[in-house]
Amino acid sequence: MTKNLRVKSSEYIDETNRISFKFNGKTYHGFKGDTLASALLANDVHLVGRSFKYHRPRGIMTSGSEEPNAIVQIHPGTNRTEPNVRATEVEIYEGLEASSQNCWPSVKFDIGGINNFLSPFFPAGFYYKTFMWPASFWEKYEFFIRHSAGLGKSPTTSDPDIYDHRNVHCDVLVVGAGISGIMAAKNAAKNNFKTLLVEEKNELGGSTIYENNEFNKIDNKSPSEWLKKEIEELKSIKNLEIKTRTSVAAYHQYNYLLARENLTDHLEAKNKTNKIRQRLLKIRAKKVILATGALERPLIFNNNDRPGVMLSSAVKKYSEFYGVACGSKNVFFTNNDSAYESALSLYNKGINVDAIIDIREQSESKIVKKVKEAGIKIYWSHSIVDTAGYKRLNSVSIMKLSNDGTSVTGSKISISCDCLGVAGGWTPAVHLYTQSGSKLKFDEEKKIFVPNQNTSEQISVGSCGGDFKINEIIKNLNQKLKDTFNIKETDLDNIKVEIDQENSKRNIWLLPSDKPLGKTKPFVDYQNDATVKDIKLALREGFRSIEHVKRYTTTGMGTDQGKLGNMHALGIIADTAGVKMGELGTTTFRPPYTPLTFGTIVGRNVGKFFDIFRRTPMNDWHVENKAEFENVGQWKRAWYYPISGETMHQSVQRESKAARESAGILDASTLGKIDIQGSDASEFLNRVYTNAWSKLAIGKCRYGLMLNEDGMVYDDGVTTRLGENHYIMTTTTGGAANVLGKLEDYLQTEWPELDVYLTSVTDHYATASLCGPNSKKILKKIIPDLDLSDENFPHMSFKEANIGSIQCRIMRISFTGEHSYEINVQASYGKDLWEKCMEAGKEFNITPYGTETMHLLRAEKGFIIVGQDTDGTMTPIDLQMDWIVSKKKYDFIGKRSLYRSDTMREDRKQLVGLLTDDPNIVLEEGAQIVSELNQSPVEMLGHVTSSYFSPNLKKSIALAVVRGGKDMMGKKLFVPMENKNINVTVANPVFYDEKNERLNA
Amino acid sequence: MFLINCPYCGERDQQEFKAGGEAHIERPKQPTELSDDEWAEYLFMRKNIKGVQFERWNHAHGCRKWFNMVRDTSNDEIKAIYKMGEKPPSQ
Ligand SMILES: [Zn+2]
Repeated sequence: MTKNLRVKSSEYIDETNRISFKFNGKTYHGFKGDTLASALLANDVHLVGRSFKYHRPRGIMTSGSEEPNAIVQIHPGTNRTEPNVRATEVEIYEGLEASSQNCWPSVKFDIGGINNFLSPFFPAGFYYKTFMWPASFWEKYEFFIRHSAGLGKSPTTSDPDIYDHRNVHCDVLVVGAGISGIMAAKNAAKNNFKTLLVEEKNELGGSTIYENNEFNKIDNKSPSEWLKKEIEELKSIKNLEIKTRTSVAAYHQYNYLLARENLTDHLEAKNKTNKIRQRLLKIRAKKVILATGALERPLIFNNNDRPGVMLSSAVKKYSEFYGVACGSKNVFFTNNDSAYESALSLYNKGINVDAIIDIREQSESKIVKKVKEAGIKIYWSHSIVDTAGYKRLNSVSIMKLSNDGTSVTGSKISISCDCLGVAGGWTPAVHLYTQSGSKLKFDEEKKIFVPNQNTSEQISVGSCGGDFKINEIIKNLNQKLKDTFNIKETDLDNIKVEIDQENSKRNIWLLPSDKPLGKTKPFVDYQNDATVKDIKLALREGFRSIEHVKRYTTTGMGTDQGKLGNMHALGIIADTAGVKMGELGTTTFRPPYTPLTFGTIVGRNVGKFFDIFRRTPMNDWHVENKAEFENVGQWKRAWYYPISGETMHQSVQRESKAARESAGILDASTLGKIDIQGSDASEFLNRVYTNAWSKLAIGKCRYGLMLNEDGMVYDDGVTTRLGENHYIMTTTTGGAANVLGKLEDYLQTEWPELDVYLTSVTDHYATASLCGPNSKKILKKIIPDLDLSDENFPHMSFKEANIGSIQCRIMRISFTGEHSYEINVQASYGKDLWEKCMEAGKEFNITPYGTETMHLLRAEKGFIIVGQDTDGTMTPIDLQMDWIVSKKKYDFIGKRSLYRSDTMREDRKQLVGLLTDDPNIVLEEGAQIVSELNQSPVEMLGHVTSSYFSPNLKKSIALAVVRGGKDMMGKKLFVPMENKNINVTVANPVFYDEKNERLNA
Repeated sequence: MFLINCPYCGERDQQEFKAGGEAHIERPKQPTELSDDEWAEYLFMRKNIKGVQFERWNHAHGCRKWFNMVRDTSNDEIKAIYKMGEKPPSQ
């Protein structure tokens, strides 16, 4: 039978509400209000995990988010499983299941525990030094490390829960609802600041809420009683919003903070469904008040990590708040008065306290006297030199500490105990403060880092600001509130505080043992198993910067970011190196303060909301006709239309032949369209395209190439002159937004004198491209009254017309080399237009074709695709498109760069056609091209950019960029592949209809 | 994540904006008159200061306007924002 260690009913524990839960497969009971940690402790379970490197048994150490040891996997093996959860933060509910991680096969018998006995072979940097060599062994090492260094298991099925994001704006954000946070929030709200108070726990009040030390009084009440009344008053205050179970994860510059609000984690499974589990709050606050409190420090001594060794403040909280005794034989080990408060708290509840070991010579405070009166044995000037008990602490050995604190003397006394409360003083929780970019300074007297230089409008109040005594906290808080809100009076003005708290403390970073350091295990970082030895070794090996020592020893690199041990690490480094604290750098705390789930980070952006996608007005038709789609930028474009079990290759061959032999139709709605108007529109186009635009007649179209200022091809497309001062430009599908941005940039910043207005109209029009020798007949059927003769409507011209009552713009332009028309209608008529074309084209066997066929057809003609045949390093000259570069124009974007020595080199990569000697071999796009096969190293001349089997030419064709390719016409080259070398010949990139006769067919 | 005060729209989140590099580098009026070195100076050379830097920013997902910003690159403090064509504030 397990022991019941409940001591006395606590108002925070509902003993009428019994809850059963499972830990490591065994059923336990707790009460509503318990955390997993408090419920386990009530069942006398301390051993909850194994350490990372040595697999030493570890127990619950703290009562909060700083917990390094009690890291559990929640609901293992289910779709709601979550690793790396701190047992001290999990509120229990009926049906909760948790298990230890980092132990295999079980927490009680752990194979990795052998590492503990091998520990002389696991010094700092062990992983770096050993597993890196020989490199081929890494896979074996990795298997071993991963198997035994359990970092928890990620879920293998999709997350059933809903997550959310919300933007929050407030005048004042208060982080932490202890006494300082509550009073700050109250006064902020009362002064008409819109205030948000967030608290990571489910209850307000911090540690003051269970502070019943008889020597401290606020307005003649115990601090606990006084604070409860203040909390009660919060309910009636306007302008104040309070969020509990909300933990600030990150504090970025400009007072931008991210907080995770936990909404269902404390509920049983049946109440979790269809509710938002966690919400990420993106908070913009005008002022931030950090009231994050302080974390108690452990003490660093030999074997300070056994289950049963806890923080003194945690022992107190478990007894006062949760009504749980952490042990039946309790001992405290301290360097200040805090342990006496904990001891007294236990004593008052009838829990056995056997001894207090104090490294100080003495203390005369009232509370120490009270402890003496209670008959608790105090060992002054003593230190623990060793502890015993493998899976649970059973005794400590103490010796007298020398005056300078560096050695121990006298005989060893053994004290039996099952719980040791350790009190090493307090460290302000400055994690969020430093995340904001603000700077700390070291307070030599208190041996703490305190806020010093703020980067934004923020204050740190209470113990996170370095004030630990209640009278100091209230006095300094009052002044800070007055300064920051620019007010004369606050609720704190007339508060009467009586206290008996002493700050007397003897700080020794590393406590000596009777054994040499090499034979001891004083842990600094519990989660990552870093000991003082490791840190000293790192320093001996020449590491100096804190950040390097941290990485080398892994101190502070665990999921707890070393919240407990960082100060000791810094102190030991400073002592060993003989420098002042902070001189070698202070450690940087990075977000998140506590781990976040992926769900919280992505919020609603999962599944089909993962990314935005765009569909054309004809999309439904493509879906109904079984098109396969491809992603082009954010667009879903019809790729090909397989019929009766065709492969992609078969579809594309069929579509390509049909488009050249009779008629094809392509959904071209995704092309970027920019409406350009203004009296300087022609001049503007002259400056942005390489060719001349001023003489383009109204109603005519022209192809244009756009360069970057460095002379490289940026985009291309056809622009049509609709009126004297009115053009419509088309861009590539993927380039539309960037082209518009670039044009706006030049208009706004370089040429503000030009009268030009740009409007994106991509989504306003749907475009069907009708091509092939029968396209004219089809269009005639749709628009009988439009004169389609070559005289009236020649290639590269434009007409406005009506299809029934639908207005349309028709450009006779071609990307396939066939006689073709691009018909643009208002987007909402897109599907209607498409269906009319299909209906009219039936007798000509009109064939819808997708992007793949479009690519093939244009490759037959040697037309480039920007982004496929170009990669940001190709000039128009490299593309053999000299014809489009105006020699007459004084300037255009990129012109000067075409005459740079580098862009004029003869041996640049140039676009050529490639034909395989075996016409049935289709080259792979991206394949490398060489001129010699038996050369090592072989020179790569270039690569294949586009490659297809042309059904119209009945042979394989390819485009490629080849160094000096322009002068290689007819030359034999090789494309070496994994299993064979392919022989190719350089050819003219225009493979089909070189004289462009089909445009007017 | 900065909060940027667009001179046309007011304060907006950084994710609505696009950074456009160093400000006050004017495109040469007569590029063809320049030597390769002079053109390269305009084309490639940027200061990339640690400290106070004059930059171009664009409210890309907003009004699409370009404007100038004076930013301390070491701590991201925005010291001034002014419209294109306006004189930069004196240091
Ligand atoms: Zn704007």
